[in-house]
Amino acid sequence: MINIITHYGHQLLIGLGWTVLSSVLALFFSLIIGSLFAIMEVLPNKYARVLGRAYVEIFRNIPLLVITMFFYLVIPLYFVKINGFTAGTIGLTLYTSAFIAETVRSGIQSVDPGQMEGARSVGMTYWQSMRQIILPQAFKIVIPPLGNQFINLVKNSSVLAFVAGFDLMYQANSIASATFDTINSYFAVGIMYLIVTLPLSYYMRYLEKKVA
Amino acid sequence: MQNWIQAYSWMNIRFLLMGLGVTVYISVISVILSFIFGSILGIIRYSKIKYVSAIFGFIIDLIRNLPLLLIIFFTYFGLPNFGFKPETIPAAIMAMTIFESTMIAEIVRSGLNAVDIGQTEGARSVGMTFLQSLRYIILPQAYKKMIPALISQFVSLIKDTSLATIIVVPELMQHAQVIYGQNANYILPMFAALAVLYFIVCFSLSLLGNHIDKKLA
Amino acid sequence: MKRKLGLFSLLLSVLILVGCTKSLSQQSVLENAHQTNTITWGVKGDVSLFGLIDVRDGQQKGFDVDMARHLTKHILGPKGKATFVTVTSQSRTPLLKNGNVDAVVATMTITPERQKVLDFSKSYFDAGQSLLVPNNSSIKDAYHLNGHTVIGVVGANSVQNIKKASPKAKVIELQDYAQAMNALKSGQGEALTTDNGILYGLAVQNPGYKVVGGTFTKEPYGIAVNKNQKDFIEAVNKAIDQMQQNGEYNQLIKKWFGNVPGFNYKELYRK
Repeated sequence: MINIITHYGHQLLIGLGWTVLSSVLALFFSLIIGSLFAIMEVLPNKYARVLGRAYVEIFRNIPLLVITMFFYLVIPLYFVKINGFTAGTIGLTLYTSAFIAETVRSGIQSVDPGQMEGARSVGMTYWQSMRQIILPQAFKIVIPPLGNQFINLVKNSSVLAFVAGFDLMYQANSIASATFDTINSYFAVGIMYLIVTLPLSYYMRYLEKKVA
Repeated sequence: MQNWIQAYSWMNIRFLLMGLGVTVYISVISVILSFIFGSILGIIRYSKIKYVSAIFGFIIDLIRNLPLLLIIFFTYFGLPNFGFKPETIPAAIMAMTIFESTMIAEIVRSGLNAVDIGQTEGARSVGMTFLQSLRYIILPQAYKKMIPALISQFVSLIKDTSLATIIVVPELMQHAQVIYGQNANYILPMFAALAVLYFIVCFSLSLLGNHIDKKLA
Repeated sequence: MKRKLGLFSLLLSVLILVGCTKSLSQQSVLENAHQTNTITWGVKGDVSLFGLIDVRDGQQKGFDVDMARHLTKHILGPKGKATFVTVTSQSRTPLLKNGNVDAVVATMTITPERQKVLDFSKSYFDAGQSLLVPNNSSIKDAYHLNGHTVIGVVGANSVQNIKKASPKAKVIELQDYAQAMNALKSGQGEALTTDNGILYGLAVQNPGYKVVGGTFTKEPYGIAVNKNQKDFIEAVNKAIDQMQQNGEYNQLIKKWFGNVPGFNYKELYRK
């Protein structure tokens, strides 16, 4: 295993870079998209609510691999070419946004409805009260679990290996088939994943304890 | 249109359903096993037994923080080094169980922690042992609270079985790939079928979970 | 029964986690095959003409699979049983080294790198690497691919060969030939590279694509076996010789490659 790290360290670091980049991008975009759909789910408009709900249920109940392969193999046949890294990141974004929408929605709903009424009664519009009163409180609940969401993203980004996304898992496959040393290649790459996920996971637990 | 009709020939549908059967089979067994092992691991971790809880906790954290894909490779390619050579379906079940048990252990642990600590003390003060208080007071309450988290973990488990296609497990994803691999015109119909079939299975489980949750609440 | 197996396997894995010792048994594949009257072969499931899963019954079919069946009869006698495990280019080496399969007949080229970790029989099929491109492509051969994106498969040596022929070609590796072919159709790369036999199979399945540039490497396929199984290799070699002498081999060639357009199957005949 030491051999693999010394010989292929460069390749592993490149893989780590793509993995982290994909996860960061997906976290950023899924936060935006997830919040939008969460707000749709609590709007007074019935159609908006149905649309928001449908989005969340669809992407929560279809495997990430199916979504990713769809963007890699099918979309280019009919619309526009998407490379493996982008297809994987889009898949991760859509998949994660459904989970984030759920968190944001329950965050919004956990704010006392009286606050909305209060804000409206002093003359604020629906959007003003949403933006200035409700959402800031909701995000206070939403932000801490984002660390766990990022850990999930790093792990899930291994799906990029299916679409030649150059991530850690892709590099692991490539190293394993070049060296024929399957187990040690995967051990080496496992350590790379743990370097990112394990400290973050302990830090998240520390934060949870501090809050509780 | 022609492609869609041909893609959904009985021969192909049957092949997809065979794959769906394997997906469900792997999922059901893995859900049961990972619920059992996850609960045991979660309780061990919660109990704070000297050294034991810490060691198990560390192993759980290691596995939990790795991609499932890697666990699948380790089970299928790694276990034979220890003299055990699983076929693809048992390998997939093992990988799912190992990975999901650690995820569920974490849910169980935080569920147990969330039950008011005063209750344990109360139960102990009326003369119950630690295990008795766990069994009769803490666990039933904790599991009730955990149902939504557990269900969403099980839904993830079903979705994640699709990753097992990488070791050629004859499950739904793999069978769809075989079909569109042999006739590329079928690719869109196959992805549509994948989306619908996975959705039906996962969504039904979610609904069932909501139902149980409401009934117990 | 199967649930018990699952439980048992999980218990076992827990034992391993706690720290079980490593026990690598180097059994004789040949002795074992004679005892069980069965040989387990690793074959492809995604390669037309060589090893392709039939949607009708889920069985693998192709030249490699038939070779394995015939070899089994020659080695174990008419009542010998052949069982098949679907492998990919990625999984075949670890499965062989782990003993999940006794031997691999899966479009596997005999290369010096592989011979360091595995043993091969004599060559049973003469392939050569080539390129598959859309009919309107300007790509002519493997030596002018610099700047182009070429699709290959994880674990196949064709990727290394492309890098030798055109060092500045961009190569992406996918999981299997089904994904690779669809990626080519989706424009993820401009050419798909692997051995000509596989490519002709893909060209038959996918109108609008052609094989170009002739063969730019020699890819003799061998039957791969784990190290230290000399007696099994000898048995396989003997069986290959017998099949070539009595015409069985040529029958199989004709059966699988006789109707491939643009491919002169008679060149493959062996006497």
